[in-house]
Amino acid sequence: MKTFKVLGPGCKNCQTTAKLIEEKARALGIEAQVEKVTDLAEILGHGVMSTPGVALDGKVVHAGGVPSESQVEQWLRT
Amino acid sequence: MLEIFSELADAAVFHGLGLASGSALGQALHFFVEDTSKIFVLLVIVVFVMGLFRSLLSPEKVRTLIGGKSHGAGYVLAVVLGAVTPFCSCSSVPLFIGFLEGGIPVGVTMAFLITSPLVNEVAVVILGAVMGWKMTLVYVATGMGIGILGGALIDRLHLERWVEEYVWKLRLGQAALVGVDGSWRTRVSYAWGEVRGIVGRLWLYVLLGIAIGAGLHGYVPQELFLRYAAADNPFAVPAAVLMGLPLYSNATGVIPVAEALIAKGVPMGTVIAFMMSVVGVSIPEFVMLRKVLKPKMLLFFGVYLTLSFIVIGYLLNAIFA
Repeated sequence: MKTFKVLGPGCKNCQTTAKLIEEKARALGIEAQVEKVTDLAEILGHGVMSTPGVALDGKVVHAGGVPSESQVEQWLRT
Repeated sequence: MLEIFSELADAAVFHGLGLASGSALGQALHFFVEDTSKIFVLLVIVVFVMGLFRSLLSPEKVRTLIGGKSHGAGYVLAVVLGAVTPFCSCSSVPLFIGFLEGGIPVGVTMAFLITSPLVNEVAVVILGAVMGWKMTLVYVATGMGIGILGGALIDRLHLERWVEEYVWKLRLGQAALVGVDGSWRTRVSYAWGEVRGIVGRLWLYVLLGIAIGAGLHGYVPQELFLRYAAADNPFAVPAAVLMGLPLYSNATGVIPVAEALIAKGVPMGTVIAFMMSVVGVSIPEFVMLRKVLKPKMLLFFGVYLTLSFIVIGYLLNAIFA
């Protein structure tokens, strides 16, 4: 199972990102767990400054905005 | 080139609806149609074009660019980059900490955060198209000046003591610079995403701004502005700034209101002071920054911005009298 962390203080873009991943995973029938990380120390600890960022299985794969659908799909399929 | 929007409004309002060009309703509707078509077309174009090149500039890159510069160069670079670097407003806090952690002085970081809402590329293009290049230049120069001076003051007064202590202990992990796919296909789809996202977020502010501008344009008599908002009324500038403080819009949304005010003969300094106070001070931003700044710093920040908008208003009115 894939674990995603959406790194961001909880603004609209962060929620959109989390929802996008959840919906894509459901659509593709891939099991994925999405966790929203709002703790500043943890966000920065991942090296993310521009939010929202996305970490896949602990590794940051995206930062600075809502990711595109194709990108999310790619993460789910790898 | 931009006349087509005016002609479009002529055709729709005066010919299509048959309203008299001298009537209040005709004037207001004409303003509304012209500005709505012009501003939204420009908005889409500018956001799309900027989206294509966005990967060239990110807060992470800005941090590397400013880090290690001397103070003087740091302020100038910070306000220029603050104007053109896109970042979601809720990134202010992580960005603030990231900058400090990278060794960038508090003042330089604040200069970046002050300028970022005041001046941005979308607003500059639309301001230029609606109000002409002279006013745009003055607006951009004063916006950046306020950022540089504010940043320099914060450093000179050693206000870093008004930053929450825990901030200094946070560490930025190994910079996760994600490889950006630079192919045109990705860029175009990204840019469209930006258009949808940004226009989706702004349209209500912009439409509201245009509606207010249209109302002023059609229904509020010029004498009213000449009596209360002329340059010889010493209270006009502070009143405009105080009125703008609780209002919040983004830079693009306030432009049509400014356009209507200028057309009614309100002096440029007063209008720019009003615009900046609407755009530059926002309660959500203050609430967010409270996480990293002590109340004293927020107070200083708010008072500095308010006073500098008022000073700028008087100064521009005196210069362009």
